[in-house]
Amino acid sequence: MNFNTLLRHFREGTKNVFRNGWMSIASIMSIIVSLSLLGVALLLVLNLDRAADEADKQVEISVYLNLNIDQAERDKVSQEIQDMPEVQNVTFISKKDGLETMRQTLGDAMVKGYEETGTNPLPDTFKVQVIEATTVPFVADKISALNGVNPDGPIYDVDYGKGTAERLFQWTQTIRVVGIVLVIALGVMAMFLIANTIKVTIIARRREIAIMKLVGATNRFIRWPFFIEGVLIGLTGSGITLAILLYGYSRLEVAASGWTSALFTLIPLTDVWMWFSILLVGLGFLIGAWGSTISIRKFLKV
Amino acid sequence: MGVRGDAKYAQVANQNSGSDTVIDMQDVWKTYPNGTHALKGVSVQIDRSEFVYVVGPSGAGKSTFMKLMYREEVPTKGQISVNGFNLGKLKQRNIPLLRRNIGVIFQDYRLLPKLTAYENVAFAMEVIEAPRKQMKKRVMEVLDLVGLKSKANREPAHLSGGEQQRVAIARAIVNNPSVIVADEPTGNLDPETSWGIMQLLDEINFRGTTIVMATHNKEIVNTMRKRVLAIEDGNVVRDQLRGEYGYEF
Repeated sequence: MNFNTLLRHFREGTKNVFRNGWMSIASIMSIIVSLSLLGVALLLVLNLDRAADEADKQVEISVYLNLNIDQAERDKVSQEIQDMPEVQNVTFISKKDGLETMRQTLGDAMVKGYEETGTNPLPDTFKVQVIEATTVPFVADKISALNGVNPDGPIYDVDYGKGTAERLFQWTQTIRVVGIVLVIALGVMAMFLIANTIKVTIIARRREIAIMKLVGATNRFIRWPFFIEGVLIGLTGSGITLAILLYGYSRLEVAASGWTSALFTLIPLTDVWMWFSILLVGLGFLIGAWGSTISIRKFLKV
Repeated sequence: MGVRGDAKYAQVANQNSGSDTVIDMQDVWKTYPNGTHALKGVSVQIDRSEFVYVVGPSGAGKSTFMKLMYREEVPTKGQISVNGFNLGKLKQRNIPLLRRNIGVIFQDYRLLPKLTAYENVAFAMEVIEAPRKQMKKRVMEVLDLVGLKSKANREPAHLSGGEQQRVAIARAIVNNPSVIVADEPTGNLDPETSWGIMQLLDEINFRGTTIVMATHNKEIVNTMRKRVLAIEDGNVVRDQLRGEYGYEF
């Protein structure tokens, strides 16, 4: 194929989009509908997934130490916890820090009495964050077991909101699974919707393909403009979808900035727009290319 | 001009430069999967620059005879060669090479509906990857020849039946094929328009192109005398130079 012919294919493919006016519009519409559903589901699932992650992260293990342990023992326990492969980081909160936190959350009045008498009933505490939230109960057990290897039994108690945490993990897990199923289901639906549109378009083209073959066109010669037409339609459809979704999301972001809830915040558009755009336009390209390729294959055997 | 100088063409088509036979059928049989015996041992030779009418009752095998020449159908038995192509051995991917050297014309015109007259004719040249400059000149030349230069930018829907057939003829001859296969080209046209088409075909034939034309038009066959092949029940029952139509319908 020479360069002129390639140019010709691009020209013809572009012209075909306009020549088949209503059919092109129908195809573009069906791509917009499918990709919009898929895109909305994807954004929803991403946000839910992040909310679930955030919720999971809230779960940390509090390790309360016995009041009478010394610095060396404390460092040893800290190191042992730190060495566990599941653990991300360990924060030490001293008795004093604990009291300060208490003052901030409960008010001066509550801590005043302790400060005056110089007694502090709060134990030294480690806050342990794990890498994978679901390992929290397991890690908590492992930390409790440290009392077994340290004869003094430095740990007074290990707490992670037993019961509540497990329920939370179940919920967040469910949300993730439902999200993935939703995206897959919508993806399949989009495929059928688009395949059907293509089928209708192509039946109308059957005669044209037969004529082209009678004039001596090779399969490749016939296929190219169809391919370019399909890709153009796919790109147009996904481009419009992208514009709609990004605009909608930015509006939602503005509206959501007024929400006070700390538990659920939207993922900022600046974080997602790039790969979301690549994904959507990529899908549009694939749909167009795949659609035009499979749909004319059987009509080429004339 | 055209594809005859093409290296690939020369490779596939085994041309006998010594012979003037363009179409050669030897004992050709065609049986369709439903059991219909469309042709029962037809042997015909058609030479360069001949004009041949193919006549006979409906369903006698005329259409099959025509389709075999441009390899729309393959014979069940027997040998066909067209333009030096041995159609029995022609590979699927080389069929386009054969068709580029045969112009086909149909009763229902078979133009691409969304292309203009110009684009329909140009399509046949785009297929052989002709240079654009040359294409423009040649397409206008043949449109002028068929009398449609002024309607080059019209789509088929905006042309009369006779005009559409002229576009189809322009498309068939634009690459200077050695053979034109016309399956009832005047079948949908009124007598006056039909004569216009016939004059055009006669002129093309006069310039050296072999024409094989299936027809039911008694008046045309009896007036514009050419070689007549009559096919009945799958056999050639008459082969007559300057023959008559020979049927009453």
